[in-house]
Amino acid sequence: MLASMARESVLTFTERGIYCPAGDFFIDPWRPVDRALVTHGHADHARRGHARYLATEGSAPVMRHRLGDIRLETARYGEARRIGGATVSFHPAGHVPGSAQIRVEVGGEVWVVSGDYKVEDDGLSEPFEPVRCHAFVSECTFGLPIFAWAPQADVVAQIEGWWRANAAAGRASVIGAYALGKAQRIIAAVDASIGPVLTHGAVEATNAVLRAQGVALPETVPVTAEVKGKDHPGALVVAPPSALGTPWMRRFGAASTGFASGWMRLRGVRRRRAADRGFVMSDHADWAGLNAAIAETGAERVFVTHGYTSAFRAWLETQGYDAAVVETEFEGEGLDSPEAVADSPT
Amino acid sequence: MEGQDGQRRTGAPEDPAAREHGGRIEGGPAGAGFARFVALFTALDQTTRTNAKVAALAAYFREAPEADRVWCIALLTGRRPKRMLTSTLLRDWAAERAGLPLWLFEESYAVAGDLAETIALILPEGAGRSDASLADWIGRLRALPKLDEPERKALVLAAWERLAPTERFVFNKLLTGGFRMGVNAKLMTRALAQATGIDEPELAHRLMGDWQPDRATWASLVLAPDPGEAASRPYPFYLAYQLDDPPDSLGDPADWAAEWKWDGIRGQLILRDGQHFVWSRGEELMTDRFPEFAASRDFLPEGIVLDGEILAWDHAADAPQSFNALQARIGRKTVPKTLLVEAPVVLRAYDLLEWQGEDWRARPFAERRAQLEAALAHLPDAAPVRLSPLVDFDDWAELAGARATARGRQAEGLMLKRWASPYLAGRKKGDWWKWKVDPLTVDAVMVYAQAGHGRRANLYTDFTFAVWDGPPGEGALVPVTKAYSGLTDAEFRRITAWVRRNTLERYGPVRAVRPVHVFEIHFEGIQKSSRHKSGIALRFPRMARWREDKPAEEANTLADLKALLAAHG
Repeated sequence: MLASMARESVLTFTERGIYCPAGDFFIDPWRPVDRALVTHGHADHARRGHARYLATEGSAPVMRHRLGDIRLETARYGEARRIGGATVSFHPAGHVPGSAQIRVEVGGEVWVVSGDYKVEDDGLSEPFEPVRCHAFVSECTFGLPIFAWAPQADVVAQIEGWWRANAAAGRASVIGAYALGKAQRIIAAVDASIGPVLTHGAVEATNAVLRAQGVALPETVPVTAEVKGKDHPGALVVAPPSALGTPWMRRFGAASTGFASGWMRLRGVRRRRAADRGFVMSDHADWAGLNAAIAETGAERVFVTHGYTSAFRAWLETQGYDAAVVETEFEGEGLDSPEAVADSPT
Repeated sequence: MEGQDGQRRTGAPEDPAAREHGGRIEGGPAGAGFARFVALFTALDQTTRTNAKVAALAAYFREAPEADRVWCIALLTGRRPKRMLTSTLLRDWAAERAGLPLWLFEESYAVAGDLAETIALILPEGAGRSDASLADWIGRLRALPKLDEPERKALVLAAWERLAPTERFVFNKLLTGGFRMGVNAKLMTRALAQATGIDEPELAHRLMGDWQPDRATWASLVLAPDPGEAASRPYPFYLAYQLDDPPDSLGDPADWAAEWKWDGIRGQLILRDGQHFVWSRGEELMTDRFPEFAASRDFLPEGIVLDGEILAWDHAADAPQSFNALQARIGRKTVPKTLLVEAPVVLRAYDLLEWQGEDWRARPFAERRAQLEAALAHLPDAAPVRLSPLVDFDDWAELAGARATARGRQAEGLMLKRWASPYLAGRKKGDWWKWKVDPLTVDAVMVYAQAGHGRRANLYTDFTFAVWDGPPGEGALVPVTKAYSGLTDAEFRRITAWVRRNTLERYGPVRAVRPVHVFEIHFEGIQKSSRHKSGIALRFPRMARWREDKPAEEANTLADLKALLAAHG
C-alpha cells in the first residue's frame, strides 16, 4: 500500500520495526539495527543489541541502567537534528519521565510516532505535548470506550483513603505498580504525612536513577533483608506487581494489597488479581485521551500499533481518518506481559 | 448431576485481623438504602477475606432498612428477580445514550465480558444519586413488564442518569437477572447469626423454602417465623466432602454405613398437611416437574420428609436409567406424556428427616435408617419411592472392591456415613464422606479456545479437545469434548498468551489454535451421542493436567475412546 505512493513514505513498517528510509534509522525496533531512536526506557521499546541509540536526556539514565554500556546519544525535547534526509525531534509523551513522541520530517511531510503516551499531567512526567503532523503512529492500549480514567487527584485520594484505613487498623498497605513510572507517580503524589513509604528493590533502583537525574521524589525506605514490617507501622509499600503474593510479602504480615493499573477498570481483571483493592491508574491514554490526542495532531492518516487495534482502527475510519493497523511487538501495559502478571495471593 | 456432594466450598482462609476491617465500609457512605446496599456490594467485591465479608454483611443486617435486609437475603439465596428486559434492548439503549455505534459496544462487551458492567462503564458519568431503597429499586424493576416500551426505556435511562457508577452496575445486574455477590448462603447465614444471635442451623432452616421476598418481613422470615406457614419448607441438605485419604483413615469399619452414590438429582420429598413438595438441593421447588411423586401420598404417611436421589427409572429392569434419560426431564416444567412413559422418575431414599411430624435430624443415622426401612417396607412397585440399599462390608478392602463396581451400577461411587451421625445442615466434615470412583481419563489435543466471562473475561478458558481419528499424528483430529475448569489462574494466563500468538483462524469469539498442546482430561462417564460428531459424549469433563511433556502425536485415539465406551458406556 505504501510502496504504491508517488514518493517514498516517511516511515515504513518492517519486520525489525518502524523504519525511516530517508534517514536510515529505526524507531523502537525489536530486532538489532544500526541506529535506533527510542521513545522511552520500557523494555518493549528500548531493547538490547542496537549499534547506536538516540533518546531524550530524561530517558538516557534509565536506558543505561537497564541496557548497560550502550552507545547512546541524547537530545533535548524540541531540539531538531538532521539524520540523512530526515529531520527528527523528540516531544514529551507524558508516559513516564523522559518519555517522548518522535517527530520525523522528510521533504515537508511530517510523521509522528507516539510511543506510549497519556494526556493527563501526572505531576512527574513532562506533560504530553500535541505535535501537528500529516500521519500519526499511535498506540491504543486502551482503545475502547469502556476505558475512562478519573482525574489523578481522585485516584490518589482513593489510595490515600485505603492507606489511612489500613494504617489505622495497624496494617501495611502494599501496592503493586510498574517499577518505572507508575511507582514513582504514586510516590510523588500521595500525602507523605500518612506514614512512611517503603520500596521494593526494583522500584528503589529506578528511584535512584531518577533522583540522580534531578527528578524530585519524596524520601523512601528501601526494603532490604533487615527491614521488617513492624518497624515501619502504617507504611505504604510500593512494589512491582510481580512481587505481590510472593514470600517477599511475608515480612509485612497481614497486609492489605492494592494494584494500580488501567486494567483495574475491569471488574473481572480486578477480581482475578485477587488483590484487596484495584486502583484505576494508567500511564496510557484512555479512550477520550486517545481521541483528543489524535484530533489535536491534525493528522489525516493514523496508524494504530499495540492495543485494541482492529476496533480502534474501525472507529477512526468512522471519524473520517484514513486509519490502518500496524503489527508491532510493543506490549504497552499488557494484560499478559510478565510485569503485569502476578500470581494471586492465596 | 448433584448428588450428595454439590459444589466445592471455596471459602478463603480465616483471618482474625480482618474482623474489624469489614465492620465498616471503607470510604463508603452510610447513605440511603440503595447506596448502602451498593456500599455492601463494593465491600464484598473488594475483599477476598471470609471474615471481612461476613463482618460487612453482619453490619448490613444490623443497619439497613428491614425490607432491604430481606431483599439482600433473597438475592444471596438465589431468589433474585428474573431478567426484566432483553439484552438487545439494553445494548441498543446504552449505545445510543453513549453516542457510539452498536458494533463498538459489542467489541467493548467482548472485552469486559459482562453486559451490566459494559453498560455501566460505557455511559457518560451520571448526574446525581438516588435516595431510594433497594426494595424501591427492585419494585420499580419488577413493574417494568407492565409498562410499554417507551416507558421502560424512559425509566431505565433515567436510572442510568441518576445513579453513581457502581450503583449503575448493580442496577444493571438486577435488571439483567444476573446479580451475584460472591458470598454463598453459608457465609450469609453466618453473618445473619452474628447480627441476630440466632444460631446458624436454625437460620438456615428458616430461610429454606418458597418464601417471597416481597411478602416476607424481617420478623416473619428471620426473627419469628410462623410455624403454620412452613408446610412446604425443606430442611437444609447435609452435604459431604470428598474422601481423599484411604478409608482406613476413618477408623473402625463397624462404625460406618455405606451406600451407593447415585448419579441423579438430590431431592427432598415432603408430605405435610395433605400436600406433597419436592425440592432440589439448589432449593428449587420441583413438585410440578415430577408429577410422579403425587402418588407418594397414597403410600406414605403424613408428616414425613425423605432425603434421596431422584433418578430416571427402568421399571422393567428395576434399575436406574442413565443420567441422559433424566436430563430430558430436567428443565421441563411441564412433562409430555411420552416422556413420563420413557423416563419415569423415582426417589431412591436414603435418609429420614421428619417422621410423624417430628424433626428427626438430631437422631443418629442408625435410628433414622431403621425407621426409614420400616416406613418404606412393603411398598408396591407403583410407589414412586425406593429404598436406597446399603452396601454390606466387613472391612475396607471389601468395600474398595464394591466401589470398583459402582460405574456398572450407574453409581458414581460410595457414600460413607457414620452410624452415630446426626443429619447436619450444609457441608460438614467428619461424619459423611463421598468416595467416588476414580475418574476415566483421556489425553486429548486442544484445538479451539474461547474466552471466558466475568472473572475470566480476557482469559482463554473454554477449550475444545480432540483425539486422533486414525493413526496418531497422521489421521484427523476429531473434537470429542469441551472443558473449562481444572487449571490454575497462572496456567490460564500462560495458555491465553499462547493462544493469542498461535491462532490459526477466528470464528467469532472462537479461535482455532495450532494443535500441539495435550491435556489430560478426567471425566466421570462416557456415553453414545448422536449430537456429537465423534459419536461420543463425556460426562463432567475437566482438565486434570496440562501435559507439556507430551507431543500431540501421543494423544489418545477415537478407537481408545470407543473401547472405553464399550467397557463403561
